[in-house]
Amino acid sequence: MIALVGYYEPWWIQIIKGIVIFAVGLQLVPVVLIVERKLLGRFQGRYGPNRVGPYGAMQPLADILKLLTKEQFRPTTSVGFLFALAPIISILTAVAAFAIIPFGDTQDIFGTKVGLYGVDVSIGPLYVFAFAAIAFYGIMLGGWSSGSKYSFLGAMRGAAQLISYEVSQGLALVGVIMTAQTLSLTGIVHAQAGMWYFVPQFFGFLVFLVAGFAETNRAPFDLTEADAELVGGYNTEFGGGRFASYYFAEYLNVLVVAGITTTVFLGGWLLPFGIHPPGWVDPIVVLFKMSLVTFLFIWIRATLPRLRYDQLMSFGWKVLLPLATLNTLVTAILVVTTHS
Amino acid sequence: MSPDENTPAETPGTGATARLKVEGWSPGEDVIEVQRSPDPGAARGTWRAFRETARGLKTTLARVVEGTSTIQYPEEKVPVYPRFRGRHKLHRFEDVGGEGPDSAQAGLEKCVGCSLCAAACPADCIRVVAAENTPENRVSAGERYAAVYEINLSRCIFCGYCEVACPFDAITMGHDYELSDYDRSDLIFTKEMLLAEPLERTPLRSEGE
Repeated sequence: MIALVGYYEPWWIQIIKGIVIFAVGLQLVPVVLIVERKLLGRFQGRYGPNRVGPYGAMQPLADILKLLTKEQFRPTTSVGFLFALAPIISILTAVAAFAIIPFGDTQDIFGTKVGLYGVDVSIGPLYVFAFAAIAFYGIMLGGWSSGSKYSFLGAMRGAAQLISYEVSQGLALVGVIMTAQTLSLTGIVHAQAGMWYFVPQFFGFLVFLVAGFAETNRAPFDLTEADAELVGGYNTEFGGGRFASYYFAEYLNVLVVAGITTTVFLGGWLLPFGIHPPGWVDPIVVLFKMSLVTFLFIWIRATLPRLRYDQLMSFGWKVLLPLATLNTLVTAILVVTTHS
Repeated sequence: MSPDENTPAETPGTGATARLKVEGWSPGEDVIEVQRSPDPGAARGTWRAFRETARGLKTTLARVVEGTSTIQYPEEKVPVYPRFRGRHKLHRFEDVGGEGPDSAQAGLEKCVGCSLCAAACPADCIRVVAAENTPENRVSAGERYAAVYEINLSRCIFCGYCEVACPFDAITMGHDYELSDYDRSDLIFTKEMLLAEPLERTPLRSEGE
C-alpha cells in the first residue's frame, strides 16, 4: 500500500527520527528492566529492587554503570574478533528491527509531514524476520567464539530454536497479511480500523505470541540461556559491556516483539469504540499496548517452568507449525471466497 | 514354584502380555507396573496444557494481589517470641518506692558475684571476679558483688544455662539479636554494657502471632 506513504521525508527528518528512535529504545530498555524485576518480585511475594533511588528506579542505571566499568576479558580459547563482534550484531539487529514499529500515523508537524516511525518499509514483517534471523548470528557467533562448551551448547540450541519457531511465526503473520492485503505495517494498522486482527486471527495471534517467546529466548523457551544446566548459555563467557550489550539486545527484542504484536494484532495506535484522539496521543496508545504485551511476557516468565529440549522441538513442529499452517489455509480460503 | 505361576494372572489393564519373558527366570515381585494415565490425544492434550497454563498464571497473579511478605530488615525488625534468647541482660532491683526492706534495695545490682553462671556456662564465656561489699561502697544486695562481669559474646551459644543457674535472677537472656561488630574485642560485653538498657528495643511478638 505504497499510496499511503505517498510522500518523501527530507533527509534531516530521517536523521532526527533515527536519533529519536535510538534514544527512545535506549530509554525504554532500562524501564523494562526495572519493571520486570519489580514485577517478578511481586509475582513471588517480594518487593524486587527498592534500594537504589525512589522505589529502586535507579537500579538499571546502577547495573549498567557497574557492567560498563568492569574489565574486558575473554577466555584464551575464544576467537577474539568474533567474540567482540557478536554482541554488536545482537544489539544492531535489535535496534534495526525497532526502527519499523509505527508509533503513530503520519503527523503534520510545523507544516512538515512526519511519520511516527523509523521507516515504513513496503516489506514490513519480512524486514523484522530478516533482522530476527540475523540476530541469531549474534548468539551463534557469541556462543561459538567463546570456546566454551556451555556457550556452544547454548548457541546450538539457539540455532535449532530459530529454525523451529521462525517458520511458525512467519506463517502466523501470513493470515494477517492476506486479510490486510498489504505488507506495510502502517497499512496493516489502517486495515484494522473496523476490527483488530487478534479477533479474526486469534490462532495467528496465539502462534505469533508463543513463537515470539521463543524468538526472544525468554521463559519458558530460554533454553539458550538455561542457567540451571548451561550456566548462562551463549553469554557464559561474556562480562562487562559485552554482556550488557547482549542484555540490552534481549530486552529490546522483547520490545520489538511487543511492538509488532501491537501493530499487527492489537490495532497499533487505533482505539476501540471509534474514538479518534488527536495525533499526539498515538504514541501513548502504542506504548500502552506494548506495555500490556510486555507485562504478559513477564507474567509468563514468572509462571511457566523451562521446557525440556525435546518438548520445545515437538511443540514447535507438531503443534505450532500445523496450527499456523491451518490458520493460513483457512484464512486464504475465506479471503478468496469473500473478496471475489 | 510351579511353571503356571510364571505366567502372570490375566488382570485387566495391566498389560501383562507385554512382559519380557526370559527362560528360567521369573520376574516375580520385582516387576513394577507403572501406572500411566491414558494418552489424552492432541486436542485434549492441548486443552489440558492450556488449562494448566491458565491455572499457573492465576496462581502467580494471586501472589501479586496477596502482597509481599518481605520484612524490610534494617528498617523493620522481625518480632521475637517472649522466650527468645538474645543478648544477656544484668538487672538491678527496681525502685518500688515507700519504706521497707524492698525499697532499701532499690537500685542495687542483683548479681552477688557467686560465679554459678560461669560454672554453668558450657562455652566458658562468662568471667566473674567478685569483691566484698563495704558500707561505703554498697553495690549489690548480698555480701559480695561482681567487680568484673564479662560475657564474651563471640563464644556464647545462647543456651540460657546462665539464666537457669542464677539464684537471684540477676542475669536473663534479653531479646537483642543484632550483635555483629567489626572487632572481636568489641564483643566482650562488660558489666556496664549488660546493665544498661538496650537503645533499640527489639519488637516483641504478640500472643498467637
